[in-house]
Amino acid sequence: MAEENKVSLHGFFASPYVRRVDLALKFKGIPYEYVEEDLKNKSSLLLKYNPVHKKVPVLVHNGKPIVESLVILEYIDETWKNGPRFLPEDPYKRAQIRFWASFVHQQVFENMVLILKTDGEAQEKTVKEVSEKLSLLEEGIKSIFPEGIPIINQENVGLLDILIVSTFGSYKAQEEVLGLKLIDPEKTSPLLFSRLKALLELHVVKGALPPHEKVVGALKFMRQNALNSASV
Amino acid sequence: MAEVKLHGIWFSPFLYRVIWALKLKGISYEYIEEDLSNKSPLLLQYNPVHKKIPVLVHSRKPICESMIIIEYIEEKWPQTPLLPSDPYERAKARFWVKFVEEKAPAIWSLYRSTGEEQKKALKDSSEMLKILEEQGLGEKKFFGGDTIGIVDIAFGVIAHWFGVFEEIVEVKVLEAHAFPRLHAWKENFEEVPVIKENLPDRDKMLDYFKKRRMEILSASQ
Repeated sequence: MAEENKVSLHGFFASPYVRRVDLALKFKGIPYEYVEEDLKNKSSLLLKYNPVHKKVPVLVHNGKPIVESLVILEYIDETWKNGPRFLPEDPYKRAQIRFWASFVHQQVFENMVLILKTDGEAQEKTVKEVSEKLSLLEEGIKSIFPEGIPIINQENVGLLDILIVSTFGSYKAQEEVLGLKLIDPEKTSPLLFSRLKALLELHVVKGALPPHEKVVGALKFMRQNALNSASV
Repeated sequence: MAEVKLHGIWFSPFLYRVIWALKLKGISYEYIEEDLSNKSPLLLQYNPVHKKIPVLVHSRKPICESMIIIEYIEEKWPQTPLLPSDPYERAKARFWVKFVEEKAPAIWSLYRSTGEEQKKALKDSSEMLKILEEQGLGEKKFFGGDTIGIVDIAFGVIAHWFGVFEEIVEVKVLEAHAFPRLHAWKENFEEVPVIKENLPDRDKMLDYFKKRRMEILSASQ
């Protein structure tokens, strides 16, 4: 029955928001068609599927569009109950994971985007803020796993892991373009960093992340654009 | 019976989201009023990351962020569901919740600012309302259908607080002729018994937010 469970993902290769959905589909082993969008020339299909924000990612499941990466992740988890469950069963643990996923999404990632798009004092200020947020995140990770973090494998990845990979997975490219380290594996973020390294070893993750040079190119382009328009 | 406590501030729309969810499901709780200028050690212990209200404490475990609290309440007490059961409908509801989380800060900006900043806040607020009017509600009475749901609760700030801010800064945005559906929704929402019986006093809010606006504006000079 080819019409059942027809899944497509509209995205942009360099978007960490798209990466989250891409990883989720791959972790669950869900076959899907990927449609690369040209963000400067959005397809009429994209505009029809996401009339409010006109953005990627859009997941289309049997003709029905779902948008907003975190909403899509919960939709995938609720619809395909095979494979790893992105959220635990216990409501309190679910609340904790949602809190920290939202924290990485809003407090950490949005500021990392700012760091890419600024320089000088403005950038310095945001770098300091991100460092503070990462300290809080480290405490958060400890609170989620009070008995220590279980060994990661493709059967027990969760929502927060997907956020971690999509946000920090290309950390080497980020460091190269910015000329500074965002994650400090020794002082600020030992748990985060060891979790990230373990995730980067997973087969699915290796297959999902774009090549280093491609990410460097995309980040350089975004940074140049932002700095050019800021100085006009 | 495990105890439920709710830390809040009397004028906060974020607090009221949680109150409405608890009341709709018939859950008893103890309310603790916090003083924003003198936050209790308990609040700082429960919400070390944001140091904000509301915080729901259930069996001594704290949950923060109003919409995360509501998803918790929904899962713990499934009666009078606030979310649809179908995953696609749930995704649509969660989309609109994210939408208001992203766009509603313009409403606060409106009462906190003057000049160019205020003009922008006014523009952003109107655009948000326009999208809700044209794409959010459709022909439904409530975002949840015939009865209120999680999206209506999330939008409560538009129903009861926006009017107060409009009055303070002397603008009129949410008018029936410009936003017929949204205006009707607002009136219907405030007639729902649980909502009607659980709203902060409007005059008290007008007074408080007027004073607060003066404080904010003089501090920024």
